[in-house]
Amino acid sequence: MSSQYDLQILQEIEDPTIRPKLIMGESTTYASLDNDVIGIIEGFTQKTSIVWYLMIGATLSVLTMLGGIVAYLIATGVGIWGNQSPVFWGWPIVNFVFWVGIAHAGTLISAILFLLKQDWRTSINRFAEAMTIFAVCCAGLFPGIHVGRMWVVYWLFPIPNQMEMWPNFRSPLLWDVFAVGTYATISLLFWYMGLIPDLATIRDRATTKLRQGLYAVFSMGWTGSSRHWHRYEKAYLILAGLATPLVLSVHTVVSFDFAVAQLPGWHTTIFPPYFVAGAIFSGFAMVNTLIIPIRSIFKLQHIVTLRHLEVMNKVILATGSMVGYAYAMEFFIAWYSGNPYERFVFENRAFGNYAWAYWTMVSCNVIFPQLFWIKKIRRSVPAMLCVCILVNVGMWFERFVITVSSLSRDFLPGSWNYFKPTVFDYLTFLGSFGLFFTLFLLFVRFLPMIAISEVKGILYKQNHTGH
Amino acid sequence: MDNNQNDLPHLGLLAEYETPEALLSASEKVRDGGYKRWDTHTPFPVHGIDEAMGIKPTILPWIVLGAGATGTCTALLLQWWSNAVAYPFLISGKPLFSWIPAFPITFELTVLFAGVTTLFAMLGLNRLPQLHHPLFEVKRFARATQDRFFLAIDSADPLFNDSSARALLEGTGASAIEEVPNMGASKTPPMWLLQIAVVLAFASFVPLGVIYSAWENTTDKPAWHFVWDMDFQESYRTGEKVPLFADGMAMRPEIPGTVATGELHQNTEYYAGKTADGSLIGTAPVAVDAALLARGQQRFAIYCTPCHGDSGYGDGIVQRRAQKLISIGGANGWVSPTNITTDAIGGQTDGQIFNSITEGVRTMPAYGSQIPVGDRWAIVLYVRALQRAANATIDDVPAANRGGL
Repeated sequence: MSSQYDLQILQEIEDPTIRPKLIMGESTTYASLDNDVIGIIEGFTQKTSIVWYLMIGATLSVLTMLGGIVAYLIATGVGIWGNQSPVFWGWPIVNFVFWVGIAHAGTLISAILFLLKQDWRTSINRFAEAMTIFAVCCAGLFPGIHVGRMWVVYWLFPIPNQMEMWPNFRSPLLWDVFAVGTYATISLLFWYMGLIPDLATIRDRATTKLRQGLYAVFSMGWTGSSRHWHRYEKAYLILAGLATPLVLSVHTVVSFDFAVAQLPGWHTTIFPPYFVAGAIFSGFAMVNTLIIPIRSIFKLQHIVTLRHLEVMNKVILATGSMVGYAYAMEFFIAWYSGNPYERFVFENRAFGNYAWAYWTMVSCNVIFPQLFWIKKIRRSVPAMLCVCILVNVGMWFERFVITVSSLSRDFLPGSWNYFKPTVFDYLTFLGSFGLFFTLFLLFVRFLPMIAISEVKGILYKQNHTGH
Repeated sequence: MDNNQNDLPHLGLLAEYETPEALLSASEKVRDGGYKRWDTHTPFPVHGIDEAMGIKPTILPWIVLGAGATGTCTALLLQWWSNAVAYPFLISGKPLFSWIPAFPITFELTVLFAGVTTLFAMLGLNRLPQLHHPLFEVKRFARATQDRFFLAIDSADPLFNDSSARALLEGTGASAIEEVPNMGASKTPPMWLLQIAVVLAFASFVPLGVIYSAWENTTDKPAWHFVWDMDFQESYRTGEKVPLFADGMAMRPEIPGTVATGELHQNTEYYAGKTADGSLIGTAPVAVDAALLARGQQRFAIYCTPCHGDSGYGDGIVQRRAQKLISIGGANGWVSPTNITTDAIGGQTDGQIFNSITEGVRTMPAYGSQIPVGDRWAIVLYVRALQRAANATIDDVPAANRGGL
């Protein structure tokens, strides 16, 4: 998976007088960038697309299966899952938090790194934003189908209804509706706005009437006017400013779903920062997991370079350490509080009925990312891919441990139970990957994976500042 | 100028540049030339072009600020009105509206309103979407979104003069200069498209109308049941025969030895007026004070006076009504309420009176389930006070107060 560009970076990085370029390749020009990125979309009529058709065939089958399960669920009830007293928040909520967490990387890269003037974001922001939106779609699915009576799901929204009742605005679950809804909307707008100039580029390169017409409609007649760019850049800055606190608020509100409840193991003030760090951690790991094969399949190693991946790995290392600190702090507070119920929950977490899940989580989230302290591993594509996949696994287990292990040992020992997922739990989770990858494959097929106009700006800057 | 647009030979001049630097210096020249209706087109935002073209800062931030403030107010009004006015949510006696729990939704709606406005205000200020533009007629212009930098002067500019504008552009090092062709009047959409749009616009009100009529009207038809096993869940009714248990009853008996919360009454003297072996106690097991007697008087007035009368002589309003009915030949079998100030009742122990209240006597019903145990003892004490008052002598009145009698 290492390309000539990766090897070049590995050489250059040893020489302190050279700073590896963000956009590599001696012959890279504006036009060659267009060819490299838009050429992927245009070249899809060729034989290479057979692989794509096979892949989307597979993901569509999985998505169809998800549709079937949801239909069965609606007709039968949530009893088809393993949700049972006292664990009424089983896999559906675990999966919801898992996907929402992943969705945090995109806006973080687009908004926070934009405000911090991190130029390296431009090579991966489009990709990460797309991943964000698809992950939010998957996340939104779960609370929707978990309520049991989907046909009254509009009760979640503050709209006048036949009962003349309003939702309870003090419930964190309602805050969640607003936070995730706002996040999905703003992420979509932010993503679409970034796409407009690139869609215009596709329109202007189009050789068929159909492609030209379609992309013309979605690029809204963009001409690259400097008067337009002026307002566009201002709008981008404002959206970045709005999205920055938003991205922090979303997982904070998700953590309130747990932290505002009285259950030991949930009722802690550390949850908001701990959840946000975990979300960034899992999101970055997912970006790396996806972009490593993509950059190699579509030959984008000179745009998404080893240097980008290394920076991502450093973020993963930092956030992984924060998550590890939070795990340790939870235990410290449980001991320090002197609250016997709190102590019991954490003893039970590490050594009780779900110890296997707890230690899977700790090894994947705390121990393996620490390998990124070692340069060789941080810069090795296969090694980082392994660590990132492990982080994804670990972060799913984190949500499982928090949700299920706390609920299964609640205040009343008489109601204690061990959660057993059913086959539908597995298939629903698998189905959400079908949804995610179907959307992802459509994105790869029809939209530019790299924010070309932004990368062109970086290329210009790079060529004119002498590094 | 606009009235004779169609007659102009072309709509303006388009110059192409290889690099952003060339475009920047050309822009400065055109700006200094005094032109107003001109623009540059670039594949990415060129740093410094705003000054080179003299573009004024956009008002977009102010529009977004207004939208954000609207979002804040909307959220606060929504939460206050719906949960404190329209449908008050009383939770654990907390105030109906308070600021801190309103914060998350207020923040989210502020960001939502501001964010949506940012995109749409940007598009609106840029007059987008505008799918047709005269420059799209120039083939070369397709590179404006790829790798070339363009400058276009509109022939509608008051200063525009074909030869001088061309000379100006030629002096800026343009790699190419082209005329923007005049394709005549801008195309109007075909009539059938407009007709469809009108029909769709009206049709879009149909679902809203259906919802509104459903909201306004009631129906006597049974509800639709989409999911039978959720609407009609299998369950056994009380008293139904079930095969699940040996005794065949759906209602399960209490497990021997279980006591419901608050029902462990080991102090029988207090709760039943009896000693552990079941004999009635002599004296009330409560501390007597003026407050307890006042409570007894008040409870007596509620529960006892209808039959026994204010002073306990057995002449309450029910009794008087019964006597009236008897005098005209009705109320057969009426048992008069007891005068509780007589020696017969006065001779009873406190436990016996308490037991009468709790369990009832003859036609007097049992009040044990209606009057809490503490209040029953208070009534017993007040009955004692009535008995004392009814049988009092002048010696019972303090000497100082005898003059008032």
